[in-house]
Amino acid sequence: MTTAPTAHKGSVGVARTRVEGRDKVTGAARYAAEVPFAGLAYGWLALSTVARGRIRSVETAGVLAMPGVLTVLHHGNAPRLDTGFVGFLGAPDPTCAVFQHDRVPHRGWPVALVVAETSEQAREAAEALVVHYEEEPHDIAFDGERSDAYPVDGHMPAVTAKGDLEAELAASAVVVDAEYTTPEEHHNPMEPHAATARWDGGRLEVVDSNQGATWVVSDLAQLFSLDPASVRVRSEHVGGGFGSKGVRAHQVAAVMAATALRRPVRVVMTRRQMFSLAGYRSPTVQRLRLGADAGGRLRALEHRALSLTSTVHEFIEPSAGAARVMYDADAHHTANRVVRLDVPTPTWMRAPGEAPGSFALESALDELAEKCGLDPIELRARNEPERGPVSGLPFSGRNLIACFREGARRFGWADRDPRPGLRREGRWLLGTGTAAASFPARARPSTATVTAEADGTFTVRISAADIGTGARTALTQVAADALEVGPERVRMRIGDSDFGPAMIAGGSMGTRSWAWAITAAADELRERLIPGAGIPPEGVTVRSDTTAAVAALTETERHSFGAQFAEVAVDVATGEVRVRRMLGIFAAGRIVNPLTARNQFVGGMIWGISMALHEEAVRDRASGGHYAADLAGYHVSAHADVPHVEADWIDDPDPDDPVGIKGIGEIGIVGAAAAVANAVWHATGVRHRSLPIRPDRVILAGTGEPHA
Amino acid sequence: MAPAPTSTYSSITLSVNGDKHTLTVDHRTTLLDALRERLDLTGTKKGCDQGQCGACTVLLDGRRTVACLQLAVAAEGRAITTIEGLAEGEQLHPAQQAFLDLDGYQCGYCTPGQICSAVAMIEEHAAGWPSAVTDDVRPEAGPPPLTADEIRERMSGNLCRCGAYVSIVQAVARAAAVRAETTATAHTTHTTMTTQTQGAA
Repeated sequence: MTTAPTAHKGSVGVARTRVEGRDKVTGAARYAAEVPFAGLAYGWLALSTVARGRIRSVETAGVLAMPGVLTVLHHGNAPRLDTGFVGFLGAPDPTCAVFQHDRVPHRGWPVALVVAETSEQAREAAEALVVHYEEEPHDIAFDGERSDAYPVDGHMPAVTAKGDLEAELAASAVVVDAEYTTPEEHHNPMEPHAATARWDGGRLEVVDSNQGATWVVSDLAQLFSLDPASVRVRSEHVGGGFGSKGVRAHQVAAVMAATALRRPVRVVMTRRQMFSLAGYRSPTVQRLRLGADAGGRLRALEHRALSLTSTVHEFIEPSAGAARVMYDADAHHTANRVVRLDVPTPTWMRAPGEAPGSFALESALDELAEKCGLDPIELRARNEPERGPVSGLPFSGRNLIACFREGARRFGWADRDPRPGLRREGRWLLGTGTAAASFPARARPSTATVTAEADGTFTVRISAADIGTGARTALTQVAADALEVGPERVRMRIGDSDFGPAMIAGGSMGTRSWAWAITAAADELRERLIPGAGIPPEGVTVRSDTTAAVAALTETERHSFGAQFAEVAVDVATGEVRVRRMLGIFAAGRIVNPLTARNQFVGGMIWGISMALHEEAVRDRASGGHYAADLAGYHVSAHADVPHVEADWIDDPDPDDPVGIKGIGEIGIVGAAAAVANAVWHATGVRHRSLPIRPDRVILAGTGEPHA
Repeated sequence: MAPAPTSTYSSITLSVNGDKHTLTVDHRTTLLDALRERLDLTGTKKGCDQGQCGACTVLLDGRRTVACLQLAVAAEGRAITTIEGLAEGEQLHPAQQAFLDLDGYQCGYCTPGQICSAVAMIEEHAAGWPSAVTDDVRPEAGPPPLTADEIRERMSGNLCRCGAYVSIVQAVARAAAVRAETTATAHTTHTTMTTQTQGAA
């Protein structure tokens, strides 16, 4: 057929149901552990039962004699891996390089993989496997007094400092000096990590649940010393990730077993294993010192954050980073430090740094507003920086106060009596709170191909991952507008590393980075297609690579912003806290699909509720492991915990992005827990500086007892 | 291949979505694993495998249950309905349609469980079962208004980590409204037919 020259725009910005929606509601969508393979064998990981020590022996003989058992892989027989490389996100966490030595650096460390004909056989054999250890004393004690903590840069400098902090604090009319803590938190995507590996005609194929197929290919190829072109990773549907779905023990173990057995092997983490193997957010201890003049203008700001990491890998939760964007002060000091303990390595979890950091910072701002006798929104308006407080760079746009104004109007903030502990409704004390949010808007290089098919449709191929963000649908809309056709003429293919390198679904950068590559390819394709001319049977394909364009972005303070509002009810007799309503207004770039974007913002805010009130993984000092590492012991917000939550946005297109996107994956959680905590103060008159705000903490807070 | 029946294996017949399947299962095999690994019905999801998340919710004789806590051998003789059995051909079940239209999901992994749970929950409510948030629990009070709080309480066995709860509640409410309308229409039709039959007699 011939190409129709009719310009057709207007997909971006219009609510559309998900492209794969029908597959998801009928059960037809297949996730990683659901793709059938002939001759499939099942692997089951065995994890260490000691927190530190050395493996003396793995008693494989009895297990190998059990029905259906095919092999037991462990440090005595596993192939050697190459871990001396720097991958997409730095050096690999040795936790994923399984079975390389006899050291056990934490409880739940993978010590063996048992492979059998059925999952029942593999599970029984793995549970029967006896491993002897030479146990050593372990140290998992995390607190703010650790003298062995040290600064780590991570994805931002560890320490920033300007001005004389002590002098400015001394000269301040009002000072807030408080310590805030957040607990160990786990991603817990609903779909457990799962991978099936097989060799097919000299190529390694892995069907996996991950946030970036080419990332997994690259790391697997380097670990196993393979040509990246000989590795293919597919992840059509991904049941949530939130930062946890990178390269982990299960993929590596599955590849080892598939190689040893010459047949497909599937390894799925159990929910309990995920608590040891999938990464998590470090607990934090954060100290905030704010000094202001009588009018609330900040003279001093200090944010010091401590997190933990394992003994085998350095990862830092950079909680003190948020202050570098949010507020300026004459003396401005921030520091991220880490302590190494005998625990699993933490990792990126939705809004790494900003989520716990904003709880401390935005709580402290609320405390300062109270001390200054200022409305919390007014306090923030008086401290709006002209430029990046640390970088000195201009903001590409900073619509924080516009978000507060719109939110205040819709939430009914103007009617609020600022005094705490005054509103009662039956057994409930009522209060409202607010907090600011920000998250960096970044992009990373990606490649995409767009093909004009002979039948008048277009096929887009990009190694993107839709982990529930709605990326498949949003990218369809972006491609449709770039091609100037209706979205029904665009076929979006994602989740396959053979489509070429692309950004992962992470850091609120996925959709923006992918949309950029698709737009670039589509623009060139449109130029190449001659109106009225035919398209050959094989179609016309254009490939893009945004490496140069992304590198050419001017350096500036580029962020999304938001204002969070919460109303809570607190029963001081039972200690129960209920969130009654929540509103978030965001300035987060151009919104591609209002239907899925609203859902994602709201989902982030619900993570904030969950963080404020429920989530807490507790480690037993004696064993080094968790109490109740499951979804009953680790509560994430359920239906009954979540009220009507509203999210909306103001017009805020990014001036330097081809589509105007900034990214929306993380900002919903930022500031949300602080808004809830500030509302609890407003309801009760008691500050809660440790999350989660459990019933026992609420009850004890009123009695002067030390809270747990 | 499945081994022959021994003391630890049995041959059973499962009735799933109206189809009968005869298979030999390890006695330890859960209904969830039988559906996913043996019958290739992977719409039923495994989220925790210990009855805490609801992702594996299916209907057993019309009642919702978590398939991970049900042994396959114990499901023999029961009518099993999974997410794959809700649509009538191309016509989605009203609950499926409502989840699709209102974006009652994100990653989609809890979705089959949420939908199966919702379908049974709507029937439980219509049958007058109270919940922990029902004000008047006397049997003669009849079904309470199906408020958002009622839906939240009754759906709390189904976790959604993406946090799509707000749109899930809206979707369940819409599905319940469609059911109420359909029932009302069916009732009217039934009454009309009865009248005609009586008239003819």
